[in-house]
Amino acid sequence: MGENKSHISVRNLNVHIGNKHILKNINVEIPDKKITCIIGPSGCGKTTLFKTFNRLLENTNNTRIEGNVLVDEKDIYAADADITAIRKKMGLLNQRPTPLPMSIYANVIYGLKIHGTRKKKILKQKAEEYLKIASLWDEVKDRWHDPASSLSIGQQQRLCLARGLAVEPEIILGDEPTSALDPISSRWIEEKFVELKEKYTIILVTHILRQARRISDYIIFMYLGEVIEHGPAMEILENPKEKLTREYVKGVIS
Amino acid sequence: MRKAEEYFFRLLMVLASLIIVGSLFSILFTIIYRGIGSLNWDMVSRVPEGGFYIGKEGGILNAIIGSLYIAGGATLLALLLSIPIVLYINTYLPKDSRLAGFARTSFDILFGVPSIVYGAFGFAIMVFFGLKTSLLAGIITVTLLVLPIMVRTMDEITRLVPHELNDAVYSLGATRWETAKVILKQVAPGLITAILLSFGRGMGDAACVLFTAGYTDNIPTSLQEPAATLPLAIFFQLSSPIEEVQQRAYAATLVLTIIILLLSILSRILNSILSKHKIQ
Amino acid sequence: MVRFRAGFLINSLFLKKSNKMAKARIIVDRVIARMMRSLTIISVLLMFLIGLGLLLKALPILKEHSVFHMLSSEIWRPFKGEFGFLPYIMGTLWVSLIAIAISFPLCVLSSIYFFEYAPQKLKQFILPLIDLLAGIPPVVYGVWGVLTIVPLISEHLAPHFVEYSSGYSVLAGGVVLAVMIFPLVMSLLGEVFSSISTELRDASLSVGATKWQTTKLVLMRKALPGIMAALILAISRALGETIAVLMVCGNIAVIPHSIFDSGYPLPALIANNYGEMLSIPMYDSALMLAALILFLIIVIFNVSSRFVSTQLEKYFKL
Repeated sequence: MGENKSHISVRNLNVHIGNKHILKNINVEIPDKKITCIIGPSGCGKTTLFKTFNRLLENTNNTRIEGNVLVDEKDIYAADADITAIRKKMGLLNQRPTPLPMSIYANVIYGLKIHGTRKKKILKQKAEEYLKIASLWDEVKDRWHDPASSLSIGQQQRLCLARGLAVEPEIILGDEPTSALDPISSRWIEEKFVELKEKYTIILVTHILRQARRISDYIIFMYLGEVIEHGPAMEILENPKEKLTREYVKGVIS
Repeated sequence: MRKAEEYFFRLLMVLASLIIVGSLFSILFTIIYRGIGSLNWDMVSRVPEGGFYIGKEGGILNAIIGSLYIAGGATLLALLLSIPIVLYINTYLPKDSRLAGFARTSFDILFGVPSIVYGAFGFAIMVFFGLKTSLLAGIITVTLLVLPIMVRTMDEITRLVPHELNDAVYSLGATRWETAKVILKQVAPGLITAILLSFGRGMGDAACVLFTAGYTDNIPTSLQEPAATLPLAIFFQLSSPIEEVQQRAYAATLVLTIIILLLSILSRILNSILSKHKIQ
Repeated sequence: MVRFRAGFLINSLFLKKSNKMAKARIIVDRVIARMMRSLTIISVLLMFLIGLGLLLKALPILKEHSVFHMLSSEIWRPFKGEFGFLPYIMGTLWVSLIAIAISFPLCVLSSIYFFEYAPQKLKQFILPLIDLLAGIPPVVYGVWGVLTIVPLISEHLAPHFVEYSSGYSVLAGGVVLAVMIFPLVMSLLGEVFSSISTELRDASLSVGATKWQTTKLVLMRKALPGIMAALILAISRALGETIAVLMVCGNIAVIPHSIFDSGYPLPALIANNYGEMLSIPMYDSALMLAALILFLIIVIFNVSSRFVSTQLEKYFKL
């Protein structure tokens, strides 16, 4: 039946940006080693919620974050929390691929070097390993010292995936990771996520309902900063309890 | 180890910022401190009388008015020249026209040419046309100095106007000139920044007017007469061995600084008022 | 029938008028277009006109003396027809190099601080303030230099290093110049740093890098072409500054051997001697040559600034 363990627990999370109350009393559990999709219309706060997971939100100005976010039962907002270690646990895939301004090879090993790996042999080995996982190896093996910017968008997104996986996170966060990609690259990323959930907990923000339908195990539906409903994917999509959810899922509100 | 490196550099960064801000404030402080003592109404309302340069009566009104004339004349001329140029580049020429690119590059280069070169060139022109050191020669030279500033500033503002506006007006059947006038209206508020910037530059520059405007104790009444300028007044008075006269130089410096700061602040205020109404 | 005719007549009159109006508009448009075009072309040529004008005035001396000799000789005795520009060129180099060496590192460090580390309110307060001071005229910097920097050097700094320095030195010129270009460099660097997207920073932070690692390894790489371009523009600005430097550098035509020596940069040469230039033969021509040299150097620097930017992007695989 699968474990019902939670990897991330959000308790009473409230986020204010400036004067606006963006996230209101969020209480959710993210199941371990499953794909969770956060869905909802634009402006519902899904990206904000997302950014509280890897503590990137606090880099924006005028943010006030109250509440607890527990990862593996430890509050990541505790006073003595090690931010870089927390962020290392979570890989991030942005909407628009953001390769770092260096070669393909340097991009993949960036995280490893940051955390202290120096030996060239190990770096090269890991780079190859993760480029293979990202299905990029064959395409770049002869030119991995070329600038990352010379890759196509689909390739760049795969590079970002390789880069993120190389630091061996436990959780993968994807912020609408396929919206900027062509349909073939999109499908490839989706299938990859399904493969990866064996090893990683995956959280995706998406506004493509069909995508959520295709790959998610668990869905969180948000509207205007609140979690309206959350539960196993099939339940939410076929038999939502809340009226708002039903309207969104049926395409009335978008 | 990582932490130590970061801490070290953060220290350096804050130090660097303090040095920069500190030195700029040291300037303001020194100027105000030294100049305020000798600043009085006489200084700004009278021209030098006999013996001014050895410490007797008079003021620097000649220089104040001279500078205003030159800066004003040059700004006006530059405005008249740059409006057609900027409009031409932005509305008549197609977006990727080579002439436009070339024009922008040369104005960028002219922007970087130091004022002494303009001064020398202005002098060459004077000699060529048989002009004497005069208000006119000064205005022409400063116009050359100020033209790239004005064109560049106006161009930057005009480029922000979306090309869709051009298309919208054209599709009503307007000619290029009529379209240009519409664009002009759109950017008119931004012109104020360009004007104030150029005016400030025209008032403060010494190297340009050194050879061309001459110097005089009187307020010029015609374009052919030489004109005194504030920067030169400061420069000449500072090199005097007489204490009194040096003090006056400090007062003149304060006057010039106040004028420039007022212009800058004014331009900033106007900018923020006018941008509220912009369609972005 | 009559009504039909009248209608037709009125119609054709009207048509003619609107036709005329249309034609008039087109003619106005064309004429104005021609005028504007000529104006634009003339102003584009301005750059060449200036170069040409200076060259023409410099010709007399170029005919008499070899360029190489003039650029390498130390002897400047116009009375005797000796025009060695070397001391002035060296003076310019000393002052400008000192100015850049002081100003640029400080501005880079400070920009990183304001754009990456400082609280938003501080940045919004201080940066416009620095910008405000960009308009302060050079002569004011000169006065400040004479009042503050020269005594500082002569009484407090120099005694540790040399026997005597009047304070009027290339160091004074360099310091004054450095302070003068702070606002310019800060604004150029500000543009570079603010154009880097937040997503790039996030991408680095999300693999667990610290802010400093992100700045050092990612942001500086991305900003490098912009920083280099800013450097070149800063140098070109420093080379041309006349009056502020002139007031504090000592104006002695020897090649400086230490930062505490007096110097005599090229712009100061032109500015100081314009009075005498008409009385001594060839003097005006020599000064025009100096202006021409300055002009050419600045133009070259400005042009290469953009070039460097694009080349660096390729080289650093950005």
